[in-house]
Amino acid sequence: MEKRYIRSIGALSEAELLLLCGKKVFVAGCGGLGGHIIDMLLRVGVGEIHVCDGDCFDESNLNRQLLSDEDVIGKSKAETAALYARKVNSSVRFISDNVFLTEENAAALIEGCDAVIDALDNIAGRKILKRECDKLNIPYIYGSVSRWAAQAAVSMPGDGLIDALYPQTEITVDKSILPFTAALCASMQTSLCVKLLCGKNVEAGKVWFFDIDDMELEAFSVRT
Amino acid sequence: MIEVRLFATLRAGREKIYRFDAPEFETASDILKKLDIPEKEVAILLVNGFHSKPDAAVKDGDILSLFPPVAGG
Repeated sequence: MEKRYIRSIGALSEAELLLLCGKKVFVAGCGGLGGHIIDMLLRVGVGEIHVCDGDCFDESNLNRQLLSDEDVIGKSKAETAALYARKVNSSVRFISDNVFLTEENAAALIEGCDAVIDALDNIAGRKILKRECDKLNIPYIYGSVSRWAAQAAVSMPGDGLIDALYPQTEITVDKSILPFTAALCASMQTSLCVKLLCGKNVEAGKVWFFDIDDMELEAFSVRT
Repeated sequence: MIEVRLFATLRAGREKIYRFDAPEFETASDILKKLDIPEKEVAILLVNGFHSKPDAAVKDGDILSLFPPVAGG
């Protein structure tokens, strides 16, 4: 076992760490959620990570996006993620696509993945991604944030979770997000993904809602 | 008694928990009107822990949980 993973042993077994080395995960987005998710997947040692994001860094990203700093303003988020990945864990196969997720490219982007993690910032994109995950029978790790609130869930193929959470595609969403809210949501999503890949119980379909302002965690099931 | 729990931004200017006499209300929507919460500000409405719609019937002993829209990333 590489020394870089020694501190993971105990919380995860060596067998589980080896299992993760053979897994492939797609992360849709390299922004507020995506940056932290990518960082944690690299550090825990998922063998192959595929990401996409057609956006470039903007100054307004600096309050929360892990991959952003003053030197990358104006640069591609996907390409910056690739450079970051090489520095954090060069043994992970990291593929980045400088594209936005669309109906036309979603299937090709996620094909062959063991899990897909939602790090998107819009409902329409989530619905496209979830539809393709359903068609390809890939688990979808949902996550979203607003202000001090984060919610995450494991959505299995065909469970209708995203349509149930967002019956309307166009809703007015508060764009204010704090850095610790994004990091917390990303942590919930990444831990759910790792547990799923290791065959642990993830209570699929249960939505975890964390309000950091009042330090309250609620869990609920979504009827579909 | 019907217990209503508000979460996150729905607490702004309101209490975290309300308790109402059951006969006052027939549906969850009646309770939203009582609390002056527009339906569009409630993205998730739970009745006894299960995702429901505003027209869901409510009765004595029910617990309603209301969450605002969360969709950023």
